[in-house]
Amino acid sequence: MSGILTYALHYQGAFNKNSLGAVSEGARLAQQLGVESAAVVVGGDDVTEEMCASLGQYGAQKVFRANAPEGLGAPVVDVMATLIQERGYRYALFGGGLLGFEIGAGLTARLRAGVTMEVTRVKVQDGKLVAERPILQDSAIVDSGYVNEPGIIIGRLNAFEISPAADGASAEVETLDVQLSEWSTKARMVQRGEQRGEQVNIEDADVLVAGGRGLGKAEGFEMAEELAEALGGAVAATRAVVDAGWYSYSAQIGQTGKTVAPKLYLAAGISGAIQHKVGMQASENIVAINKDPNAPIFEFSDLGVVGDLNKILPKLTAAVKAAKGG
Amino acid sequence: MKICVLVKEVPDAAVEKRMDPNTKRIDRSGEKNLNPFDTHAIEAAMQVKEGGIVDVDEVVAVTMGPETAVRALHKAVSLGADRSVHLTDPSLAGSDCCATGYALARVLEQEAPDLVLLGQQSDDGECYTMGAIIADHLRMPSLTQVIKMDVQEGSLRCERQAEYGYDTVEIDLPAVISVGDAINEPRYPSLKAIMGAKKKPLESKSTADAAIETDRVGEPGSQTAVLAINPPPAKQAGEIIEDEDTDETIQKIMSWMDERKLLA
Repeated sequence: MSGILTYALHYQGAFNKNSLGAVSEGARLAQQLGVESAAVVVGGDDVTEEMCASLGQYGAQKVFRANAPEGLGAPVVDVMATLIQERGYRYALFGGGLLGFEIGAGLTARLRAGVTMEVTRVKVQDGKLVAERPILQDSAIVDSGYVNEPGIIIGRLNAFEISPAADGASAEVETLDVQLSEWSTKARMVQRGEQRGEQVNIEDADVLVAGGRGLGKAEGFEMAEELAEALGGAVAATRAVVDAGWYSYSAQIGQTGKTVAPKLYLAAGISGAIQHKVGMQASENIVAINKDPNAPIFEFSDLGVVGDLNKILPKLTAAVKAAKGG
Repeated sequence: MKICVLVKEVPDAAVEKRMDPNTKRIDRSGEKNLNPFDTHAIEAAMQVKEGGIVDVDEVVAVTMGPETAVRALHKAVSLGADRSVHLTDPSLAGSDCCATGYALARVLEQEAPDLVLLGQQSDDGECYTMGAIIADHLRMPSLTQVIKMDVQEGSLRCERQAEYGYDTVEIDLPAVISVGDAINEPRYPSLKAIMGAKKKPLESKSTADAAIETDRVGEPGSQTAVLAINPPPAKQAGEIIEDEDTDETIQKIMSWMDERKLLA
């Protein structure tokens, strides 16, 4: 019986970690519902049969390989809507990420299907799926149920854990020919995955000093760099400052950036939007410095300092250097 | 060229937002404001209009919401929109994303714009999905979280950050574009524009006027249902230091870090 259809995003021959988490989650839920778990992989010649079959290791029983442009939402909507309509899948599942939102939204319109986004947990109630979604800056969690099927579930970044099902397990692969809708071909990828700014490695650092808009200007990052150097760590950044061109994309934390869990995460001038929180909340110790006492980051920091970065950061750097004997 | 900008009235940022346990909807009483993300969409429309590359005949602000939502339209007009359309009907209350997207798409169909602009998210519901839902109803290409948009005759060249870096996408018009807040710095309305906003044409439409099937909207027409509202798992509140004497603050931070062996 058709059950759950999960979208598996890939780039340069590797599946996205959030997508693998979603495939694992789909398999877990399908097992509970007693239905089939399937995955969809969209792309050109770069999508090999072997690659698709490997999703079996994460619990997918069936994998559909569709020849359509990858990286944009609408072509995947065409593929998944066709599969849901023709094969009766009951739920479409997406890991955290921008494309999942766009595809899930398109399916909502196309199939008149209920959609829940930023989902942190999915459970089975009376043979149906219920999605848990934190709302209003995570101050409450809503249980969202589906009036009809299909239902669309879009996960929050890192919400679904990757759990290898069986070593060497292989999914059955079916290649599809899908007719793209006319408007799907009206958006064309000119360049994908451009890296802006220098390449830095923040994922292996024990200490991260992360800077946000509160640093005031690109030059404000010098203070963050000095503190990071004193602490023996690296510098990270929020999406807002990366989009503004103040810092490198490769140092970005959160949705469409990196996920980190250092021993110390020191957030300087970061308000703490959900999109940032999801990339760093697993850090062991979170210190936040922000001049706005109402900044959401104080809701999930272990130590919060309400004050002026320009006064605090240089003195903190000097104190750390002195303590470390340098 | 005609541009429609979708706007929304949301609770003011300073208002503590909560769920109404009876209606299971966001409590939207209290001070309200134009959704801050929408000001970037209006600014993007104005930059296209003023940019001189294409001729823009008009910029139309469109909203769906109760009577008070006209204030969001007035604000949009004070920021440069030429006129506005207010979809309002008691039967729309309680619409989920699926129902709201359908209803707004019907209004937009009547307007037949060449470009629909909206903010990447609302400050209250934070669903991030409205642009792509509306685009599929309108059978238009779309892109969300756009931070750079160059308009050409008949098409757009857009940039946005996605999972693997920055993507550049070329899109034929008509199209639906949701913009990120990095796309521009919205202007402040002039006093004259604020005073004049109420004089610009504002059309109020019911569901019947917009040919909306009422069984597809409101709470009865929604496809999701709030089954329960629960508090988040309890988390121990962090320590807070108000910086008054910075030397003392530094000492406190240092000993806090030292206790946790973070200075080793």
